[in-house]
Amino acid sequence: MSKGRFGIHGGQFVPETLMNAVNELEEAYEKYKNDPEFVEEVNQLFKEYIGRPSLLYYAKNMTEDLGGAKIYLKREDLNHTGSHKLNNALPQVLLAKKMGKTRVIAETGAGQHGVATATAAALLGLECEIFMGKEDTDRQALNVFRMRLLGAKVHAVTSGTQTLKDAVNETMREWTKRLDDTHYVLGSVMGPHPFPTIVRDFQSVISKEIKAQMLEKEGRLPDVVMACVGGGSNAIGAFYDFIEDKEVRLIGCEAAGRGINTKETAATISTGSLGIFHGMKSYFCQDEYGQIAPVYSISAGLDYPGIGPEHANLYDTKRAEYVPVTDDEAVAAFEYLSKTEGIIPAIESAHAVAHAIKIAPTMPKDKIIVVNLSGRGDKDVAAIARYKGVEIYE
Amino acid sequence: MSNSIERAFAKGKAFIPFITAGDPDLDTTERLICAMAENGADLIEIGIPFSDPVAEGPVIQRASERALATGITTDDIMDMVESVRKKTDVPLAFMTYINLIFTYGADRFMKRCKELDIAAVIIPDIPYEEKAELTPSCKKYGIKLISLIAPTSKDRIKMIAKDAEGFVYCVSSMGVTGMRSEMNKHISDMIDSVKEVNDIPCAVGFGVSTPEQAAEYARYADGVIVGSAVVKIVEEYGKDSIEPVSEYIKSMKEAVSEALVATA
Repeated sequence: MSKGRFGIHGGQFVPETLMNAVNELEEAYEKYKNDPEFVEEVNQLFKEYIGRPSLLYYAKNMTEDLGGAKIYLKREDLNHTGSHKLNNALPQVLLAKKMGKTRVIAETGAGQHGVATATAAALLGLECEIFMGKEDTDRQALNVFRMRLLGAKVHAVTSGTQTLKDAVNETMREWTKRLDDTHYVLGSVMGPHPFPTIVRDFQSVISKEIKAQMLEKEGRLPDVVMACVGGGSNAIGAFYDFIEDKEVRLIGCEAAGRGINTKETAATISTGSLGIFHGMKSYFCQDEYGQIAPVYSISAGLDYPGIGPEHANLYDTKRAEYVPVTDDEAVAAFEYLSKTEGIIPAIESAHAVAHAIKIAPTMPKDKIIVVNLSGRGDKDVAAIARYKGVEIYE
Repeated sequence: MSNSIERAFAKGKAFIPFITAGDPDLDTTERLICAMAENGADLIEIGIPFSDPVAEGPVIQRASERALATGITTDDIMDMVESVRKKTDVPLAFMTYINLIFTYGADRFMKRCKELDIAAVIIPDIPYEEKAELTPSCKKYGIKLISLIAPTSKDRIKMIAKDAEGFVYCVSSMGVTGMRSEMNKHISDMIDSVKEVNDIPCAVGFGVSTPEQAAEYARYADGVIVGSAVVKIVEEYGKDSIEPVSEYIKSMKEAVSEALVATA
């Protein structure tokens, strides 16, 4: 029987070689997720190492400038390592350690998940190897060196389009070759069951905190929660605790690249169709024969041709909306937030900021928007400069 | 009338080569299939190239890239097989990834397979638990969905073997050099587990490249599958690979057949 379904999506479409590994992971996760000792250990790491809870910041300047809904920023950029990725990588590496694994491998796009995994492995004493598309090692050179500083080995993946999907392919191949001592720390709510569930559970701390902080600050739930979506881990983290609160609008912001009417896009919901890839049934950017499309976005972290199965189901059931945001809009939002609030967002997160800039002015002043600021933008400064035609040397 | 998979294993140990369709072009693929049939291939696996062949090593990855770069589609490959069928009745199987079949439409795909006398499909990213994605269409058109087992399958082997049809594809990673005798023990154990619950042919495919290796594996298995080694010759010789591939197939088939004599 197929496991790990979200509506029609999800499942375990992996080679037989990996089936016992994903089954073993599921068993271990079921055993530890309610184990008081493990839960306490994770809570301590969240508090003392990541720096949780992250702030829910009222963006007063932005709110006043846009003149509409009140805007709050969930400051995942303030986490240790600078993004939401450690929320998942740290407990997942801890789980791997409990399972007796001594080595972790991971894919990375922008490098944030690679840095988070390398950090967790350094802290918990596991060997670490990161697979990153060659194109991404070029555009995120700083993060590559960060990973090396943290003791990880970084492999530049030269197959296919040399971006995130190829990094996932290569990490899966590596895992298939060496299962006994190695755990694959998947970085998003994608892949075969149980990954979408595990990653979602670890990231759901974001929405639990938003809810408590919002009740404390405003005495009510927000009207809109929005986040950028590639595979969708920060978005599901920000949405999850609100799924049952039907009055809260959930908006995922996809990377439209140069526009959804061009081929240079990574907006899966806007341009994709149903398929089965990377272990899951979900929506994918692909051609009429099912060949996966070479997607494009200025953001290496959103440059992925699929979306997590739980998002696909939230879309099917109309519980969440998904909107495309172009490179140009994201870069404008990147600059806007920097100048207006003194906060430089990750180019990924800037996609969500861009949509807030669009809709906040159309909403009454008594409405509240929460934007999940999934990461900080230091890593993107050089790329944005290049985008604007400014020559700088890192 | 016996199914053509049975025919492939009826004459003793089967030799099963794989090639990627469209590498370097479909005309060459067509000639290669006919040449392999003439030189003793008992069953031929035709790979429909996928943009992201997660279960393949670098050799078949490169072949897939070369084939797709020519712009071929699943339909073009079907048309090529239609042309092949005018020349040979050699048992054929398609090997590809689930997304290509899912997108084509499982029913439409299997119907076309039946028309082309394709006996089986091998889909590495459909494990036992997800078979329902294809079994209704496979049953409807009489196409065998081949089950794969791996050294990591362990306690799963019997569950998989019980429902297996056609033949069981025993895969393994390359293993560590110098450990070959242990690997052989492993494979013969895997095959024994299968046979305990199902009297079905078992073919081994894992990094077999030389006639000596093929002969050795044929001692335990009912068939030997060779993928990358054939594709590598095609990579080297391109359109001129008919002759070197024919030579290679002949030597491998001989090695596999002699293994039968040795154990008889």
